[in-house]
Amino acid sequence: MRAGIVNQRVTNRVSYSLDSTLESVNTAEQKAFEVAAKAGFGEDEQHHIGMAVREAAVNAVLHGNAYDPKKKFLVAYETTAKSLVITITDQGSGLDLNTVPDPLAPDNLMKQTGRGIFLIRSFMDEVRIRNTDPGTEITLIKHVGGNAANAKEETQ
Amino acid sequence: MSMKASNRQVDGITIVDLSGRITLGEGSVVLRDTIRDLVSKGNIKILLNLGDVTYIDSSGIGELVSAFTTVRNQNGELKLLKLTKKVHDLLQITKLYTVFDIKDDEAVAIQSFAK
Repeated sequence: MRAGIVNQRVTNRVSYSLDSTLESVNTAEQKAFEVAAKAGFGEDEQHHIGMAVREAAVNAVLHGNAYDPKKKFLVAYETTAKSLVITITDQGSGLDLNTVPDPLAPDNLMKQTGRGIFLIRSFMDEVRIRNTDPGTEITLIKHVGGNAANAKEETQ
Repeated sequence: MSMKASNRQVDGITIVDLSGRITLGEGSVVLRDTIRDLVSKGNIKILLNLGDVTYIDSSGIGELVSAFTTVRNQNGELKLLKLTKKVHDLLQITKLYTVFDIKDDEAVAIQSFAK
């Protein structure tokens, strides 16, 4: 019994169902800052995590749920000894990654929009996007103390 | 903290002092309206002071790009002043750092505008 308890992963998970509003985007972002700080991430990492969550939440509210008051988006924050995992799920029509242009391409550099997913990927160690039919789920992972070693262990 | 913008004129240059967050919603709208108002009145030499801007998201970046393009299309100049480290890093990541003319010193920035 005791061995079983020792082998359990220590996990803290909290989730919120939020309205499709910009106020909810701010809430999701603020909560990300708090969870990241509590998990021991430094100031720069907290900023990156908060910004990635903000961009993902904006996508959920603006592009996914299209501000539909009948639709919610779910944000779950899960902290383990190795990682902070944040999952954001909307009830929209799904995201086709093939339609997301490269914002660094010369033709796109001066476009006003299209940098959200790029920034999310820049700021997080791992990003997974999947269609949940209906809706999109994006999982943002930041590893404690760097990415390489922990990322390898996670996949074993 | 929402964004605030105030304008002042120095040697024919309009300096826009921004503070707070330039994000989707209020912050981006304030910046957009400020630039449109200045351009409509013929003020097309604009220095955006970002020294007190604490946060910019992708929408805010887009608004900076839009402001730059709007002013340039009127044969004007828009430059950025006093980037915080966070904003500096963001412009580096998005490869916009070399697109904008960025200055650290206000007097030097004012002198750099075409006469």
